[in-house]
Amino acid sequence: MTLEAVLVVASALFAVGLYGALSQQVVVMVMMGLELMINGILLAAGGFWWFLAPDPSGQVLLLVILAAMTVEMAMGFAVATLLHRRRQTDMTDMAQELSR
Amino acid sequence: MLIGIAFWVLAVIAVATGLAVFVVNSMARATYALAVSFIAVGGQILLLQQNYLGLITILMMVMEMAVMAVYMVMFMGMNPALMPMDMTHGKKTAIGASVGAFVVLAGGALLVPWPDRRGGPPDDLTHALGLEIMDGKMLVMAVVGAVMVATIVAGVVLAAGRTRYDRFGDDLRQRGSNGASLGGAQK
Repeated sequence: MTLEAVLVVASALFAVGLYGALSQQVVVMVMMGLELMINGILLAAGGFWWFLAPDPSGQVLLLVILAAMTVEMAMGFAVATLLHRRRQTDMTDMAQELSR
Repeated sequence: MLIGIAFWVLAVIAVATGLAVFVVNSMARATYALAVSFIAVGGQILLLQQNYLGLITILMMVMEMAVMAVYMVMFMGMNPALMPMDMTHGKKTAIGASVGAFVVLAGGALLVPWPDRRGGPPDDLTHALGLEIMDGKMLVMAVVGAVMVATIVAGVVLAAGRTRYDRFGDDLRQRGSNGASLGGAQK
């Protein structure tokens, strides 16, 4: 296990998430893509921490990434609920114009 | 050696189940696949000796996937385990962007001359992290706390169908506005 190996795996997770976030139509699936991307970032940050400077203060950054993940999910569910309530849909294509 | 093998096994599971999220033909399976991917990444973080964060990742993500399952049952109006689906758009662009991102990131990871490790981890990392949060990095956690509260408020405001400001009529029981005259309370 080396830093390079961890970063390559993290890159793969990020790339898979990016594919999902760009290609999926269902809001929940887009959120899953974003989650995978943040997951990759979390792993990369963990790798950087362990292999470069394992100081406890660096761990706080990982906690912030986890918090960002939570916020993304909570707001995503809220927006998806709003979309369902207003438009009876769960597809991003039906929400291209948010003003209407 | 054993840690290396465990790392690669978890890496394969994490990436394969991550891919499966967008390949399987039902949303329920996609949710389970994502949960497995998160557990594998949590395991990898545990291998990097970050017990607290690895465990939090696993617990949080399992709960999050449970919420997602409830969400599907509530809103999607289908049995998610039985409904095959392929709801994608711009697949070629997405694959191009994804492969490009992987090549750039992985290339950078392999080509950059990373510096040597500086210092060593504390004996009890969880304890040290707790002290750090309550001492030098307290401002960070205070800001995260405020952001969490803002998220709760914003989430409720967005998701609630009817808010305290949507009450009309003398008894405040009328649900919608009927126009601007009489303050929207005219029936």
